[in-house]
Amino acid sequence: MTTQRTSGRRKQAFAAVAAVAALLTTAACGGGGDDGDNGGSSTGAAGFDAANNKVAQASAAKKGGTLKFGGAQDADSWDTTRGYYGFMWNFARYYSRQLVTNKTEPGKAGAELAPDLATGLAKVTDDGKTYTYTLRDGVTWEDGKPITSKDVKYGIERVWAQDVLSGGPVYLKDVLDPKGEYKGPYKDTSPDKLGLKAIETPDDKTVVFKLPTANSDFEEMLGLISASPVRQDKDTKSKYGLHPFSSGPYKFQSYSPGKDLTLVRNTEWKQASDPIRKAYPDKITVQFFSDANQLDQRLLNGDLDLDINQTGMSPQGRTTALKQHKANLDNPVSGYIRYATFPQSVAPFNNAECRKAVIYGADHVSLQTARGGPVAGGDIGTNMLPPSVSGSEGQKYDPYEIAGANKSGNATKAKEALKACGKPNGFSTTIAVRNNKPVEVATAQSLQASLKKIGINAQIDQFDGSQTSGIIGSPENVKKKGYGIIIMGWGPDFPTVQGFGMPLWDSKYILESGNNNFSLIKDKTIDGLFDDYITTLDDAGKTKIATEINHKVMEGAYYLPFVFEKFINWRSDNLANVYTTDGYSGMYDFVNLGLKSAK
Amino acid sequence: MTAPLHEPTAEAAPSAAEEAALVSADAKAVQGRSLGRIAWERLKRDKLALTGGAVVLFLVVIALLAPVITSLLGQDPNEYHENLIDPLFGTPTGSLGGISGDHLLGVEPVNGRDILARILYGARISLLVGFLSAVVAVILGTVLGILAGFFGGWLDSVISRVMDGLLAFPQLLFIIALVSVMPNEMLGLTGSSVRVFVMIIVIGFFGWPYIGRVVRGQTLSLREREYVEAARSLGAGRLYILFKELLPNLVAPIVVYTTMMIPTNILTEAALSFLGVGVKPPTASWGQMLSSAIDYYESDPMYMVVPGVAIFITVLAFNLFGDGVRDALDPKASR
Repeated sequence: MTTQRTSGRRKQAFAAVAAVAALLTTAACGGGGDDGDNGGSSTGAAGFDAANNKVAQASAAKKGGTLKFGGAQDADSWDTTRGYYGFMWNFARYYSRQLVTNKTEPGKAGAELAPDLATGLAKVTDDGKTYTYTLRDGVTWEDGKPITSKDVKYGIERVWAQDVLSGGPVYLKDVLDPKGEYKGPYKDTSPDKLGLKAIETPDDKTVVFKLPTANSDFEEMLGLISASPVRQDKDTKSKYGLHPFSSGPYKFQSYSPGKDLTLVRNTEWKQASDPIRKAYPDKITVQFFSDANQLDQRLLNGDLDLDINQTGMSPQGRTTALKQHKANLDNPVSGYIRYATFPQSVAPFNNAECRKAVIYGADHVSLQTARGGPVAGGDIGTNMLPPSVSGSEGQKYDPYEIAGANKSGNATKAKEALKACGKPNGFSTTIAVRNNKPVEVATAQSLQASLKKIGINAQIDQFDGSQTSGIIGSPENVKKKGYGIIIMGWGPDFPTVQGFGMPLWDSKYILESGNNNFSLIKDKTIDGLFDDYITTLDDAGKTKIATEINHKVMEGAYYLPFVFEKFINWRSDNLANVYTTDGYSGMYDFVNLGLKSAK
Repeated sequence: MTAPLHEPTAEAAPSAAEEAALVSADAKAVQGRSLGRIAWERLKRDKLALTGGAVVLFLVVIALLAPVITSLLGQDPNEYHENLIDPLFGTPTGSLGGISGDHLLGVEPVNGRDILARILYGARISLLVGFLSAVVAVILGTVLGILAGFFGGWLDSVISRVMDGLLAFPQLLFIIALVSVMPNEMLGLTGSSVRVFVMIIVIGFFGWPYIGRVVRGQTLSLREREYVEAARSLGAGRLYILFKELLPNLVAPIVVYTTMMIPTNILTEAALSFLGVGVKPPTASWGQMLSSAIDYYESDPMYMVVPGVAIFITVLAFNLFGDGVRDALDPKASR
């Protein structure tokens, strides 16, 4: 009896041996395959980096067909007021139009503004406090009714209804109504719900913005998707994101959150009324996957045309793609900077010398490798202004010689800084890192390893990445937990120092929760420079101030930049008129993608 | 494959009966062939169990000697070797995950840490958590099981309901929740030591009902036996009965359950580390290595195979050994 029982268990053991043997054999296969080099490939793909800052295969784009997106992450909301993900802003141009929008051009030019619903860029008067727009003729909603100045105003007013429509950027609210006098359209007592005083609509074609104080980036804010028109009778409030009412060339056909989304042509949209959108495909589909590896596999198989998230392929798919399908890849700069920052509330990081010790002690090549290396991770970051923002100097400005002499860490300088800080034997601290980003955890470990060499003992605390705003966004909690080093990344909302750096470095933006000024920078010079920036209207002056702000931030040693981030993004053989744009952080410009054949 | 090796059942049955007869009939024979000796002789005939035992012993030795072995090899588990990583792909240069004379099992992708050194250090964590949490479970389970079985009544009801509750409790979820609210420092421990301590206590705490139930059941049946009755009628105290009459007869099932519990605990530790709530980086652990290997299963399969095989061999060895011990002690057969 006992022996029988045993043989049962032993059979299990032998079955397990067999299973492992099978695993070993399957794992041994794979790999190999020839490279598609930088030139075009036999499959029709345009070549490596062919669409990076330039247009690939524009003439091959034909009308018709179904453009197939895939994604590992659905939008935060498809409501134009509520979306904050970069890819959502990019995609929303299919079904929404704005007064002005980013130019549909590759690279830097893509970050400039062009008129969309409006006939031209704003007529700015009154020392930059009045912006006047006139609407184009023939602009319509998906039911054929014209888009009026009142729809534009109502759409912008929705930003004020943060209690119902949270999530989106609130720049317009802050600039047009800094005192918070208007309560939003849902609490509006005026009969037409258009009670916001800062926007005037003298007739159906004219919109006038009256700013209490000038802001040199105001038109950039109007180019955000959150400035899209919304028609009052179609506003379903918090449910609007499930089916936004279209003003663009495509309209929602079906949407199940987290699963799929289908757009079809909006037959009321007229090409003649729209200088921006080419509207090549007949239909646009998005399929969402819970697993990024599965998505990459579908892209590699050619089932899908591109990744809607545009955050780069995961390591697995990336390796296969680089080895076998190089001609289908682009390697753009994303506009994001990945960095570590030092909350000054946590000793000894209140002392700039201790912050410098970390900057000098870190092995920057190791951090870059942890981010994915020079291609998939990006160039070593040397300062805090991303290359896409005007005023940036790229790697030329490198005050700590991060990409130069101290590339692999400089223990001598780090020790000197430690001595100057009064901690010659080092100290202990905690690195806070999001637990849902394996790459960030890898950078934390790299930092931990190099800091150990100069006597800084760092613990790694992995926090719930979905709770970021409550954990590292709360200065009180940061202090309580002793997070001396926080690992994060940041990209510009619009490509100016205000759209990138104000929430990070201006003391006014230190918040109780949802704080992004993690280092708690309270520098009068920096605050003053931002104030100057807002009132400076000429571009040369703005650029100069942006550069100056960056220098002040770096001199304060509040940040250890890792990389100027780069992605590896996939484009299918069938895609035409593909280009990356700085307007959307190095993503492909979705709105003018075409297909070579309408299969 | 399943050849009847050593113990034809036809022979085993009468021999067991014989042993039983000898045990109860002749005191001298009992001394000559004690339970332990019988078990040892049975175990010695079981080649698979002995192999398992040898592997377990080997694992314990290399875990204890991990710092010595790695320093002899000139490696450190936390040292980065980025020069061995292909910057384009983040995977080790060279074949089979960068296996070389210096790095006998290759290096990790991205950071180039020596895999052999990390496996050796990972064994410390796995075995430490596996053994100590089993010890916690055994102590709790034996004490509470014996109390419940011997005294019965309301004490038995309370302990039994607690055991039922714990068995129905979603153990893994509870540990994940608990670990995420654990402070970084407690009881003078910091970092990974806190996590190891918490894992030992919690895995042990959720493991005791398994032993507790068996011990309670055995105690219930043993306390009605004639020899206990006899001891009682001769005026033996409760403590005497508990320790001199009952406990020796519970040793066999306890030993068997302990050997079975250790591999389960090792797997739980691996699962927790895999889920990111085990030891903290940079401390090496097998589960955490497996978890980070997922991203490289195609480009660097060796990275996944090595910790996988380590877990597999360890669990298999413990199971084979545990099976052998159970056969040898045969807890189902009573005196």
